[in-house]
Amino acid sequence: MKIQCNLNGTPTEFNCLPDRRVIDLLREDLGLTGSKEGCGTGECGACTILVDGLPKLACLMLAAQLEGTQVETVEALQQTEQGRTLMAAFSEEGAVQCGYCIPGMEMASLALLRQDEPLTREQIKEGLSGNLCRCTGYVKIVDAVERAARVKGEG
Amino acid sequence: MQSTRPLTIGTSAPRGDAAAKAAGTEPYAADRYPADCLWAGAVRSNLPAGRIIAIDTTAAAALPGVVKVLTAADVVGSNRQGIIHKDMPVLCDQQVRYSGDPLALVLAEDRSILQQAVKLVRFELEPLVGLFDLDSALAPDAPLIHEGQPGNLLAQASICKGTGLDGFSDCDVVVEGSFSTPVQAHAFLETESGVARLEEDGGLLLEVSTQSPFRDRFEISHALGIPWGKIRIVAPSLGGGFGGKDGATVQCLLGLAAQHANGRWVRMQWDREESFKAGYKRHACKMEYRLGASADGTLQALHARLWYDTGAYAHLGAEVMELGMEHAGGPYRIPHTQIDGWCVYTNNPTAGAMRAFGVCQATFGFESMMDLLAAKLGMDPLELRLKNALVRGDENCAGMRLTSSTGIKTCLEQLQQHPFWQQQEQWKAAAPRFKQRGIGLAAVFNAAGYGGGVRDAATAKIELTADGSFVVHNAVADMGQGNSAAFQQIAGHILSQDAARITLKQPDTRTAYPSGSSSAGRTTYTFGKALITATEELRSRLLNMAGMVLFLQGNDGLELQPGKVVHPPSNKEITLAQLAGYMQPEERVCLGQYVAPTCKDIPPTAKGFFIGFPHVIFGYGAHLVRLEVDSLTGQLTLCDYLAVTDGGRVLNPMMFDQQVQGGVAQGLGYALMEDFTVQNGVVKTPDFATYLIPGSLDVPEIISIPAQGEPEETGPFGMKGIGEVAMNGPLPAVANAVADACGVRLCHGPLTPQRVLVGQTG
Repeated sequence: MKIQCNLNGTPTEFNCLPDRRVIDLLREDLGLTGSKEGCGTGECGACTILVDGLPKLACLMLAAQLEGTQVETVEALQQTEQGRTLMAAFSEEGAVQCGYCIPGMEMASLALLRQDEPLTREQIKEGLSGNLCRCTGYVKIVDAVERAARVKGEG
Repeated sequence: MQSTRPLTIGTSAPRGDAAAKAAGTEPYAADRYPADCLWAGAVRSNLPAGRIIAIDTTAAAALPGVVKVLTAADVVGSNRQGIIHKDMPVLCDQQVRYSGDPLALVLAEDRSILQQAVKLVRFELEPLVGLFDLDSALAPDAPLIHEGQPGNLLAQASICKGTGLDGFSDCDVVVEGSFSTPVQAHAFLETESGVARLEEDGGLLLEVSTQSPFRDRFEISHALGIPWGKIRIVAPSLGGGFGGKDGATVQCLLGLAAQHANGRWVRMQWDREESFKAGYKRHACKMEYRLGASADGTLQALHARLWYDTGAYAHLGAEVMELGMEHAGGPYRIPHTQIDGWCVYTNNPTAGAMRAFGVCQATFGFESMMDLLAAKLGMDPLELRLKNALVRGDENCAGMRLTSSTGIKTCLEQLQQHPFWQQQEQWKAAAPRFKQRGIGLAAVFNAAGYGGGVRDAATAKIELTADGSFVVHNAVADMGQGNSAAFQQIAGHILSQDAARITLKQPDTRTAYPSGSSSAGRTTYTFGKALITATEELRSRLLNMAGMVLFLQGNDGLELQPGKVVHPPSNKEITLAQLAGYMQPEERVCLGQYVAPTCKDIPPTAKGFFIGFPHVIFGYGAHLVRLEVDSLTGQLTLCDYLAVTDGGRVLNPMMFDQQVQGGVAQGLGYALMEDFTVQNGVVKTPDFATYLIPGSLDVPEIISIPAQGEPEETGPFGMKGIGEVAMNGPLPAVANAVADACGVRLCHGPLTPQRVLVGQTG
């Protein structure tokens, strides 16, 4: 079927089976391999994308559910000041090791940063609790999001 | 904005790979979807022990879109893989030995056809008696899992030092304990994956998530009968490894698939369930400990017996057991030891390499024993550890005299000064209602580098490109630990170049040189030393060429700066791009090689060791955890974690902390929740809903402090590997803290609320 959505700021139309998993659509069909698949069952968060601003798991969504939505993947981060700040914070705070969880981690973080309230460390940990990382122990990931939140507060 | 300052050893520069990973543009093997590729998938036995009667591929082969269904009969080579012991079939030919054993390999046009076809392969197996625990596998009448391995023993070894068990006769105090540890899964987020194809010249190309690209050529060559020189392996950044991608996973299956794909690309990626069921695991271990000391707390005698369940195939099981034995006495002076090890085949999933390789099991036993001993002696547990801590020149429990940097005492002393230790009584006294607070310690160590009998060598390559920038050709895969960033930093430091001018090319067996596996805390150490040699040679060539072009008699005053060579006394300079233009292509490439120190003299009292024992360099650490036990539910809340680590000189403090924090987090998972469960050979924890690993709310703030000790003089800029040592601390530290909080001594991991409650209520 024909599906129309706004993908990373660009109106996009694609033809695919309505039950195509969004993660396959992104990675295989559209070449957007920044979003990762770690489990395929909605438990690890590596495939987190934003749909209409909300974090969603691309491995549990079907293509038809994207009809008429605004979709953001990690590839969109470079388009905005907030996205670039977030990527720089992850890189410079040492939050990145193998890096496989990072795109999903950043998209979950972006959703947190867009909330109006200032973020505490505990709130960041809670907000990222659906995203597994096997390398870091989370300390520097939380540092990175804290820094991005601080920059936002100053900005 | 990237800094234009030269990279400098000892500073916290962001990793060279971080920006691309944060942008989602770093290429992983799992990101490869070649146009028009075939999809390959294995048909697995689901039965843990059986003889193959028949495999019927007709229905699967008849499905439209299925290109081939292959069985063992299609394998031309030995059909056996394994790093040292080649006992693991690529496709089973006679027998299946665990539930993940592969019987057939399907090639299909797309993933959904592949999934259907895999279910259509019919096979008939005659069930055999399965051996699912150590006792049944070791029983005198147990059937043999592998012919030629009597007693189902992959390996059996012993260490006897001093007067061995006679040493107990002089002890004033003796404590005993029995311990066990669960199976742990690596749970890297990028599952086993890769792509392969036969090239036009008949060569085989694989791009694969691997920790050992150069060894993979030998594995594939041996198993599939392809000359190894015709095999090319490309190893992009891994989405985690931790040991689980050391050794063949998809490699031989992909190679076999490519042989039958008519020159088309073939893609294989295990899904999470297949990764859990068929991937390698950490060995479950059973331990019996006896430890004796003088009344003043001086350790005198140790008897340790360790049984490792290696599952269906050898992988590195024997070496895992050996390393556990080498560490079974902790980082302490013990004059008399008897350490016995058994590595046992069962019909469980194959256990292999995992970070802290046999050591974290033994550390749980030993560090629990130290607290038991301290309690019996009425001695402060930290004082007991300090009193017996190894110093350079001592013999360790395996009978090896330590001639390299030995920083455990420094680690313990720094921990002792920390407020968490100094203020422990006040902190514990402030426990809220229904909570009991405890503090637990663990002193840990972990060998770095290959052990005796193995050449630990690397050949590094660095190149000045025609445009005046540099490429470091990495040869040891980066599974996330950051060795490639360290290599950029080393090259930048020696050449006085900023990060943007130094590109790192991940391993490719065509353009890099054999440098061993990414394992054993050796990647930065061994390759780093080789890279220093190569880079210093290149620096010398650059200065020489600059001197020629600038008409300077000697090197005095000549220096490298980002992008150029300058001579301030004469105000002359030349850009690196200009210099490159004056140099021949081969002149712009430098190689350096290094052979790391390994032990040649195995102590005569060690029996049954093959290779990988003993070691000469160790990283050390002192760990402390503060936790609360809920006296109503047994729930543990970790409040703080402190790790002081001796890794010699720290090249990049941020990356040092990454390794320590990550190792501690994996160790905390092992301590608190990770329990890979197999019942009668069938995996009961095939996903992240049943196999839990720590999330962001499960770990406390992990404080990492480098030991202010001595550099490791053999290492690159004085460093030594610390990738593994941090994994060893959490399980014993948490167990010791629980005992401190509520008096319950837990001897079986993981330390779940149920076990705490049972301990509290009896």
